Amino acid sequence: MYVAVKGGERAIENAHAWLAEERRGDQSVAELSVDQIREQMSLAVDRVMSEGSLYDPDLAALAIKQSRGDLIEAIFLIRAYRTTLPRFGGSEPIDTAEMDCDRRISATFKDLPGGQVLGPTFDYTHRLLDFKLAADGETPEVNERPAEIEAMPHVTGFLNREGLIEEAVDASDAPPRDLTREPLELPADRSLRLQALTRSDEGFTLGMAYSTQRGYARNHAFVGELRIGTVPVEMDIPELGFAIEIGEINVTECETINQFQGSKTEPPQFTRGYGLVFGQTERKAISMALVDRALRWEELGEDFVGAPAQDAEFVLYHADNIQATGFLEHIKLPHYVDFQAELELVRKLRREVQAEETLEAAE
Amino acid sequence: MSEYNFAYLDEQTKRMIRRAILKGLAVPGYQVPFASREMPMPYGWGTGGVQVSAAVLTPDDTFKVIDQGADDTTNAVSIRAFFERTAEVATTTSTEDATVIQTRHRIPEVSLQEGQILVYQVPIPEPLRFLEPRETETRKMHALEDYGLMHVKLYEDIARHGHIATSYAYPVKIEGRYVMDPSPIPKFDNPKMSDNPAIQLFGAGREQRIYALPPYTQVVSLDFEDHPFEASKPDQCCSLCQSTTSYLDEVIVDDSGKRMYVCSDTDYCAARVRKQAA
Repeated sequence: MYVAVKGGERAIENAHAWLAEERRGDQSVAELSVDQIREQMSLAVDRVMSEGSLYDPDLAALAIKQSRGDLIEAIFLIRAYRTTLPRFGGSEPIDTAEMDCDRRISATFKDLPGGQVLGPTFDYTHRLLDFKLAADGETPEVNERPAEIEAMPHVTGFLNREGLIEEAVDASDAPPRDLTREPLELPADRSLRLQALTRSDEGFTLGMAYSTQRGYARNHAFVGELRIGTVPVEMDIPELGFAIEIGEINVTECETINQFQGSKTEPPQFTRGYGLVFGQTERKAISMALVDRALRWEELGEDFVGAPAQDAEFVLYHADNIQATGFLEHIKLPHYVDFQAELELVRKLRREVQAEETLEAAE
Repeated sequence: MSEYNFAYLDEQTKRMIRRAILKGLAVPGYQVPFASREMPMPYGWGTGGVQVSAAVLTPDDTFKVIDQGADDTTNAVSIRAFFERTAEVATTTSTEDATVIQTRHRIPEVSLQEGQILVYQVPIPEPLRFLEPRETETRKMHALEDYGLMHVKLYEDIARHGHIATSYAYPVKIEGRYVMDPSPIPKFDNPKMSDNPAIQLFGAGREQRIYALPPYTQVVSLDFEDHPFEASKPDQCCSLCQSTTSYLDEVIVDDSGKRMYVCSDTDYCAARVRKQAA
């Protein structure tokens, strides 16, 4: 009988034991180690770190193992852990111009200082299942050469010199508001919007960005530059009186250059969209840049055309997959009290309709 | 459990939540934004209620958790176990013995007393949300006390159905000022909110809102003079304790769809059965 949802204590224990068994799978197959996940499922690890808002590849790998590969569940584990951590302070802004790039491409200039570096990308692979990989995943040795140390200035900087692109203005020196420590309140400035977008669900952000490409607030984006690599993180230590490097992180940065005809307030020039995400997460970074640009309609004096991607309240309130999945999935919790109230109401309304019909039939 | 602070949240966070609660108590029915934390249970499972409980619990408290009126539904069990682990507080299923009661979708049948705190889990704190999806707009409407839209909705219900077609989460007005969502309790429970000696606190985690009713606050369910509010329930009696006044769950007992009715408040029902046996 379904009333078994009552007396839930033993049911919960048993469910947890069963879950643990299913997570492990067939015991005759070797167990997956956290190191293996970190090294060989690194793009999943990157997604969990970026949407979990916590840069720790080992913990992200552990979360993926614990969640049986359900990445949103893994992100949730990381978020829940993250809230328990003490806050020592904020880092200095990272300088992505100083990035050690694994990949750096521009879709707007054929060649440029620092060059185009393709890096480890799926872009030009043929998507053919590699059956050899099923038996043997070892890679052949390849020739290496020392990296050429060449500065890689930002592409948008070149346009900036000609005044063809809007200035990237420092909004203020005030530290940005912290979405994880303050409730989201609207209107949200750009730094807060970017903060929400960098931890937003990849699928949601992709869908929003795609909708702008298909004409819902189209903003004609070119990938001015996409760069992936490591940057040092520095933090000001009050006792020392200066900033020291506390580690380095891998990030993906996307700057889009968007065509812009000018508006009531701005001259014709290129405008910018920006994406910055932990790890190698270029689909997300490009999506973020497109959505960022769409959300900037107001400050650029553009018209609100009613597109979802322009609507900050719509985007920001629905982009977080932990909030979304929680509320969506909670409808499987018992609702019999509310449902009972609805049952009574529907019965009452039906009784009245039927009584009326009988009366009409009698006439 | 020593890895976590008392009642899981760190003291700074609890202080932030307490400030929101105090503000809520000072302005009854007003939704106070607060920096809701990610909890180790999902949004939608009562994270708002859990954070409020964590902020008000002291080591001397006795804690009770109900979901749909019952102490032994899975999520009530899970939340009770969470505070047993992280706060090591005494727990009970008895409404009279509890000092803090966290609830989802019900108010206990037994009247609450001064000194007790009832913590509601709230999914959508905004009573105007389904009339106006924008938070920026609804906050303005509350500020201007502009509740015309709600009255039009209730009027349209009557015009179409002859009744107000809201059976749970039935909107209430607090001390003649704020229209408030009572959380998805059946409207049967609405009258219990008014003039209640206990403190009533409402936590919405995902929506980052806390609101509150101090003891003995006037809570009026919205209605019209010619269509007065009616606290309805199934016109049956409980098959276990024969109560005719408590809120009942309908349970399907066999394949032919035969039904029985039992109290949704399990503690109330069990106490009555015990008394009858004695």
